[in-house]
Amino acid sequence: MKVLVPVKRVIDYNVKVRVKADNSGVELANVKMAMNPFDEIAVEEALRLKEAGGADEVVAVSIGPTQNQETIRTALAMGADRGIHIEAPHEVEPLAVAKLLKAVVEREEPGLVFVGKQAIDDDCNQTGQMLAALLGWAQGTFVSGIEIKGDSATVVREVDGGLEHLEVKMPAVVTVDLRLNEPRYASLPNIMKAKKKPLDSMSADELGVDVTPRLAITRVEEPPAREAGIKVSDVGELVDKLKNEAKVI
Amino acid sequence: MSILILADHDNGQLAAATLNTVTAATQIGGDIHVLVAGDASGDVAKDAAAIAGVSKVLTAEADAMAHGIAENIAPLIQSMASGYSHLMAPATTTGKNIMPRVAALLDVMQVSDIIKVESADTFQRPIYAGNAIATVTSSESVKVVTVRSTAFEAAAAEGGSASIEAVDSGSDSGLSSYVKSELSSSERPELTSAPIVISGGRGMQDGSNFAMLEKVADKLGAAVGASRAAVDAGFVPNDYQVGQTGKVVAPDLYVAVGISGAIQHLAGMKDSKVIVAINKDEEAPIFQVADFGLVADLFDAVPELEGKLG
Ligand SMILES: Cc1cc2nc3c(=O)[nH]c(=O)nc-3n(C[C@H](O)[C@H](O)[C@H](O)COP(=O)(O)OP(=O)(O)OC[C@H]3O[C@@H](n4cnc5c(N)ncnc54)[C@H](O)[C@@H]3O)c2cc1C
Ligand SMILES: Cc1cc2nc3c(=O)[nH]c(=O)nc-3n(C[C@H](O)[C@H](O)[C@H](O)COP(=O)(O)OP(=O)(O)OC[C@H]3O[C@@H](n4cnc5c(N)ncnc54)[C@H](O)[C@@H]3O)c2cc1C
Repeated sequence: MKVLVPVKRVIDYNVKVRVKADNSGVELANVKMAMNPFDEIAVEEALRLKEAGGADEVVAVSIGPTQNQETIRTALAMGADRGIHIEAPHEVEPLAVAKLLKAVVEREEPGLVFVGKQAIDDDCNQTGQMLAALLGWAQGTFVSGIEIKGDSATVVREVDGGLEHLEVKMPAVVTVDLRLNEPRYASLPNIMKAKKKPLDSMSADELGVDVTPRLAITRVEEPPAREAGIKVSDVGELVDKLKNEAKVI
Repeated sequence: MSILILADHDNGQLAAATLNTVTAATQIGGDIHVLVAGDASGDVAKDAAAIAGVSKVLTAEADAMAHGIAENIAPLIQSMASGYSHLMAPATTTGKNIMPRVAALLDVMQVSDIIKVESADTFQRPIYAGNAIATVTSSESVKVVTVRSTAFEAAAAEGGSASIEAVDSGSDSGLSSYVKSELSSSERPELTSAPIVISGGRGMQDGSNFAMLEKVADKLGAAVGASRAAVDAGFVPNDYQVGQTGKVVAPDLYVAVGISGAIQHLAGMKDSKVIVAINKDEEAPIFQVADFGLVADLFDAVPELEGKLG
């Protein structure tokens, strides 16, 4: 079985983003970029599956400008076998991403697609579900545990009330949550090896997908800032402030 | 214009976030219908019919609808979509699971997690863990929208008198089946709608120390939450996690105990009305958003706080 892992290049999660002065977006120039943390977890899960004999090839795919090849190389350095880069402008909406991924799935015929549950830049939390819909496949979302048995998988989902176990028919799209695993770091020798692994490039056009945005982002602004607070000297003062000043207890 | 809202429920009770979604729909304007897809979920339908502002409740009852399975519910919503200008759901794990599947079936882009309605087609939503707010306009024929419940007041749960109508209950796609749930049970208020939340972080050191927070919570009628670090360490279950990738809360009072204040955590609580931080490190970033900061060892301060609450 082949496993496909879409990996997105995003602003590093440690970076404090700044809104552009003209409110057209956030400052991306000279900002540290990295693989979406959820996608690291997805790559890790695919690799573990392969190491356990449950998969024979792990293919990483990224959609975006040429720099996205770095993100694919990171996946290859972690241990993925092969990469596919789909050249597209930076802003590709989840629906278009899902359509491109569908085209890749039709060529590659994976048994599983591991997707991050959300990208930490746009926080859309849509792509995996959309891909499953377009393929007519089962979806296991927000997954923190997975066990494959023949042609189905039991997934443990992190839901608002706790955990839910679902059985999904394969092939399936699984969107991964934080507690599925702890991703490995790429070792230096593996980073070197990754440079020689195959990486195909193609364009969105070649896949016959129209990536024209459906939504218009007309303005991006800073959230309202909180007013600076005070330090209290002890618990007594805290309780007094909460009771008599803030009146919240 | 008419709007269809997917109710979030567990067949017995309507999730509170549905009420906030009704408010967002009211701000868009038009006839508001609520879909209750479930099994033996008659009480939920009655509750939905009582919400102020709702004109019709549609019920789809079947085995296949019982557990919020997206592969079964999304085609049902797709089949009902014509005639609606907006399809909405709260951005709970149920709404987040189902609505993108609906959007893709309809070939439209979803607008996720809105925090403000500017007009029928323009919304605000947070991006980058709430460090930026984007204004988004959708020109799609039908707008698929999920709603951040903390950003909208709850609609009145009483006072409405909507009609209840059964619709064709769809079918089982045969793709996914429910196995079981492990739900945390608690007598305390639900995290996302509690008026007061007290959360613990890695500084709690151990799951058993959360008992200290629970005692304070019981005195205040508060819910207990946690940082990701506390959940990852196994101190508390996953549904306690507050943050960018956990739950978003905006109570009247949020008390952060032994939490450093990483941006991913702040994303889930910085819209709280009053924030208290208890941390022994006076440089901890949580103090930058705290209205009242107490630099102290939590193992002294929390028991003392409980004592002073009488
Ligand atoms: C400031 C700003 C301005 C923007 N301007 C525009 C604009 O003008 N026009 C426009 O159309 N959009 C714009 N966008 C939207 C944005 O670029 C897309 O919506 C976004 O790339 C997809 O959403 P997401 O990654 O949050 O999806 P999610 O559904 O949260 O992503 C989940 C998972 O899907 C996979 N995935 C997602 N994207 C990719 C990818 N590119 N390659 C590989 N895997 C992927 C990953 O596994 C990821 O973990 C803007 C966004 C911002 C923040
Ligand atoms: C993709 C991604 C998503 C994430 N999503 C979330 C999310 O949704 N929610 C979330 O919370 N985090 C999230 N995180 C993690 C986040 O970056 C931080 O790692 C996490 O919030 C830290 O938790 P903490 O504050 O409990 O722990 P720490 O940062 O370790 O802080 C512990 C604090 O406790 C204090 N302390 C220790 N002992 C005591 C004592 N005895 N008395 C008083 N104070 C004490 C310390 O001074 C310190 O400030 C995410 C990270 C990533 C990469």
